[in-house]
Amino acid sequence: MEVKGTIYRIAGPVVTVIDVPTKMYDVVKIGNEGLMGEVIGIEGDKSTIQVYEDTSGIAPGEPVENTGMPLSVELGPGLLESIYDGIQRPLPVLMEKMKSDFIERGVTAPGLDRAREWEFTPVATIGTEVKGGDIIGTVPETHIEHKIMVPPNVSGVVDDIKSGSFKVTDCVCTLADGTELTLMQKWPVRAPRPSRKKLMPNIPLITGQRILDGLFPLAKGGTAAIPGPFGSGKTVTQQQLAKWSDTEIVVYIGCGERGNEMADVLNEFPELADPKTGKPLMERTVLIANTSNMPVAAREASVYTGITIAEYYRDMGYDVSLMADSTSRWAEAMREISSRLEEMPGEEGYPAYLSARLSEFYERAGRVDTLSGLTGSVTVIGAVSPPGGDFSEPVTQNTLRIVKVFWALDSKLSQKRHFPSINWLESYSLYTDLLSDWYNEQVSPEWLQLRGEAMEILQKESELQEIVQLVGSDALPEDQQLTMEVARMLREIFLQQNAFHPVDTFCTMEHQYRLIKAILKYSDMANNALESGIPLEDIISVKSKDDLSKVKFEKELDKELDKVLATMNEEFETMREAVK
Amino acid sequence: MKEYKTINEVSGPLIFVEKTEPVGYNELVYIKLEDGTTKRGQVLDTSKDIVVVQVFEGTGGLNRSCGVRFTGETIKLPVSIDLLGRILSGSGDPLDGGPRIVPEDRIDIGGAAMNPYARKPPEDFIQTGISTIDGMNTLVRGQKLPIFSGSGLPHNDIALQIARQAKVPGSEEAFAVVFAGMGITNEEAQTFMQDFERTGALERAVVFLNLADDPAVERLITPRLALTAAEYLAYEHDMHVLVVLTDLTNYAEALRQMGAAREEVPGRRGYPGYMYTDFSTIYERAGVIKGRKGSVTQFPILSMPGDDITHPIPDLSGYITEGQIVVSRDLHRKGIYPPINVLPSLSRLMNSGIGAGKTRDDHKAVSDQMYAAYAEGNDLRGLVAIVGKEALSERDRKFLEFADMFEDQFVRQGKDEDRSIETTLEIGWNLLAELSEAQLTRIDSETIAKYHPAHRAK
Ligand SMILES: Nc1ncnc2c1ncn2[C@@H]1O[C@H](COP(=O)(O)OP(=O)(O)OP(=O)(O)O)[C@@H](O)[C@H]1O
Ligand SMILES: [Mg+2]
Repeated sequence: MEVKGTIYRIAGPVVTVIDVPTKMYDVVKIGNEGLMGEVIGIEGDKSTIQVYEDTSGIAPGEPVENTGMPLSVELGPGLLESIYDGIQRPLPVLMEKMKSDFIERGVTAPGLDRAREWEFTPVATIGTEVKGGDIIGTVPETHIEHKIMVPPNVSGVVDDIKSGSFKVTDCVCTLADGTELTLMQKWPVRAPRPSRKKLMPNIPLITGQRILDGLFPLAKGGTAAIPGPFGSGKTVTQQQLAKWSDTEIVVYIGCGERGNEMADVLNEFPELADPKTGKPLMERTVLIANTSNMPVAAREASVYTGITIAEYYRDMGYDVSLMADSTSRWAEAMREISSRLEEMPGEEGYPAYLSARLSEFYERAGRVDTLSGLTGSVTVIGAVSPPGGDFSEPVTQNTLRIVKVFWALDSKLSQKRHFPSINWLESYSLYTDLLSDWYNEQVSPEWLQLRGEAMEILQKESELQEIVQLVGSDALPEDQQLTMEVARMLREIFLQQNAFHPVDTFCTMEHQYRLIKAILKYSDMANNALESGIPLEDIISVKSKDDLSKVKFEKELDKELDKVLATMNEEFETMREAVK
Repeated sequence: MKEYKTINEVSGPLIFVEKTEPVGYNELVYIKLEDGTTKRGQVLDTSKDIVVVQVFEGTGGLNRSCGVRFTGETIKLPVSIDLLGRILSGSGDPLDGGPRIVPEDRIDIGGAAMNPYARKPPEDFIQTGISTIDGMNTLVRGQKLPIFSGSGLPHNDIALQIARQAKVPGSEEAFAVVFAGMGITNEEAQTFMQDFERTGALERAVVFLNLADDPAVERLITPRLALTAAEYLAYEHDMHVLVVLTDLTNYAEALRQMGAAREEVPGRRGYPGYMYTDFSTIYERAGVIKGRKGSVTQFPILSMPGDDITHPIPDLSGYITEGQIVVSRDLHRKGIYPPINVLPSLSRLMNSGIGAGKTRDDHKAVSDQMYAAYAEGNDLRGLVAIVGKEALSERDRKFLEFADMFEDQFVRQGKDEDRSIETTLEIGWNLLAELSEAQLTRIDSETIAKYHPAHRAK
């Protein structure tokens, strides 16, 4: 159904068209070049379109075509290892078709490669009754097995099912009513894909980042926000999560950020190995890159494109994590379009529906029972870029009302090159209670207590710091000076983690546990020693303490740590002998 | 080309034209005044009823009887290799008395976004000869690294020193400098030009000048002309181009002025809500493309109003650029040149440009250690002001001294002092050697054994 009208007005990415019937969110082709756009407002016989491409040179009177279809993504084998723009056009294909290293306009490209063939193995058999979400067969996509599912709104009895090599548009299964199922399905990006039931998120997302797993854990299917001023480490943290999280699939959205950062990911991910499978990280990753200078309307769409792809893999029973860097740029795209529409602005010029859009988006996260009865999850981690680093602004505030984990980046820490610059006093995780069973069973029954002690020491340090600012550290009693020293160790050894160090970049849960335990063991021995009259000077200058600060960089962490602990015992023993 | 005499309204830099045939968005427009002069403009909003045009040379002298012609194309820059050595106005006309450019091509100044897939991650170390940059905030080819400064600070001297000294050690590839002045004073412009002439740099440079008394709207196209020229030289002539843009603050003011004229809902401090996106269409034009030889490196300069780094201009810039070099009034008052404060400064691409085979294997460790030590010493200064030096422990006193020596020996250097990266790292090691080895927690023992002065002497 294609209906034609004409362009009435053009103001940047917003175009008004007349004489063409539309529905909200219909995809419309604009002008002689057929630029893609989406209906975002209707008034009388005029419809307002946000256009996903540059509108320079387009003039009133040019033709308009309504496709009658909502903005959708193509879901099927070939998503993994792809890099798309905000509306799922594969960037390598665009480069080839445009014959240019720059994004020209008026070129369309399907999300999935039409020529490539996939090896389909059926699991459903003739005569089985299938309904939405059921798995009819599998395709080895990368090392990941792609499950071909019945689209959510389809059901029936399998009349015929094939096996062999197929293109994404080939029919592999026919239902009794004649419905043909292909390897590919389409789904409108603004509608969440259905699932049976939401489950409690009680399994942690293990990220290999000490401050995250150790102090402020995120659950699989949970939501987290990383707000921080520029240069405080949002992107590095998101990339660390994309690299080392123990999920099966990663969707990484570069939403209105730098081109070079995406190039970096493209360069690095094929080289890095997934710690769990040993396979190249790229094989489990889908990238969406709508950089800051690419059209804002496509930036607005990019987060929806990303989350729909994430939900699709969740429906196969996978754990998926999605990073959006940065949700503030998405909000700004909304603001820009809203202001072109001359809508009544809410706070700081953002549209009044900002809060609603943010919560709708984060609500699409979750651990679920899928339609086919599997368990899958989508974990969402959104970076937030508050102007001037001021967390009281609308995007940060509205996000914090929804998400359960808050990793507060702090420019005071990043300026001291304390990385990751996550402020341990401001950040929080509301999942700690839900996850405690898991930590008790999988790490150690001691874990929660150790974690509590560490937090207490860090808290204590900040109180003491205030006194030190007034009187200097020498004026503190010795036991408090020791507390400060242990806090420093916690900060430098445990909290600081260098993303660019080949070993330190990833730390297993087991090693996290051992490190924190070693620091607290030093703390215990040091406090006992102090009580028995050993001078503080001697206690804090034991060699094993310096060595402890270096073990995290060692490949053979366990062995080195054993050595350090043994030395530590000896050193304290010797000191005790001496005072006797 | 049809001429319309249907201007309905003139308001600030905008004119509203009625009863036109269909006019394209962003089209270039000529406006003929009664005295015969012609001004240029660009379409901001077009519909069947009315076309809104922003006039680059200002609307002074315009009235309703002026003739308006729509060219049917967007603004283009005529380019050729002869651009090198030329001084052009903020809208691209020769200012140096030379002939018009005979174009090899005419390129749209809007600059399409680079396909992220076509980008090659920047990684070639550029030596600027300035220790605080090379040693601790390393610049690489294809990076955009702005100077955040304030009024009255020597950012221009720093920019000139970089333009003079920047090189890729061991590389003989062709390079060029593109300079765009936006709203700078005549005096500043002369300083730049004299320095270019004195050092012979002009031969390899293209200069675009929009001066303080030139129309503000013109400032919106000046950086785009400059970047179009830069991309042309980089991608058609395989040159490594360093683009100096100064002062982005003036550009942003012009943007705000335009927004107000269009009666848009203002964002923070009256700047348009789309300023981030607008800035990105300038900054993101830096880069390196796979399979092409040239590169575009940007060195934008902006002055922070009230020295406030959270002001929207530096703030939104910092969110797009790959780091920033912060010029500090405190260091300047102490008489230190270049007064670069390394603590808030950052080069995000540093890690890919340094290390063995690029600079030296100890580079990262030295830089990290100096950051940590200087930050600590600097913190202690606050404490000393309250409790006095006596209350400090021996360890703390060392760090305090380190901070002073760091500023005096590492930060401070001459305006013509071109330090090699080896010299920079040497100075660094000599300073670190003043601390005890146990305090060098960010450097591994192998590196210490290899480079620490105490070990090398043996
Ligand atoms: N965990 C880390 N380990 C080492 N370095 C880090 C770490 N996190 C951040 N950094 C350093 O901080 C710099 C800035 O980090 P990043 O690019 O992630 O900031 P950002 O918050 O995303 O900024 P923007 O909002 O401008 O995008 C990095 O280039 C890197 O040098
Ligand atoms: Mg970032």
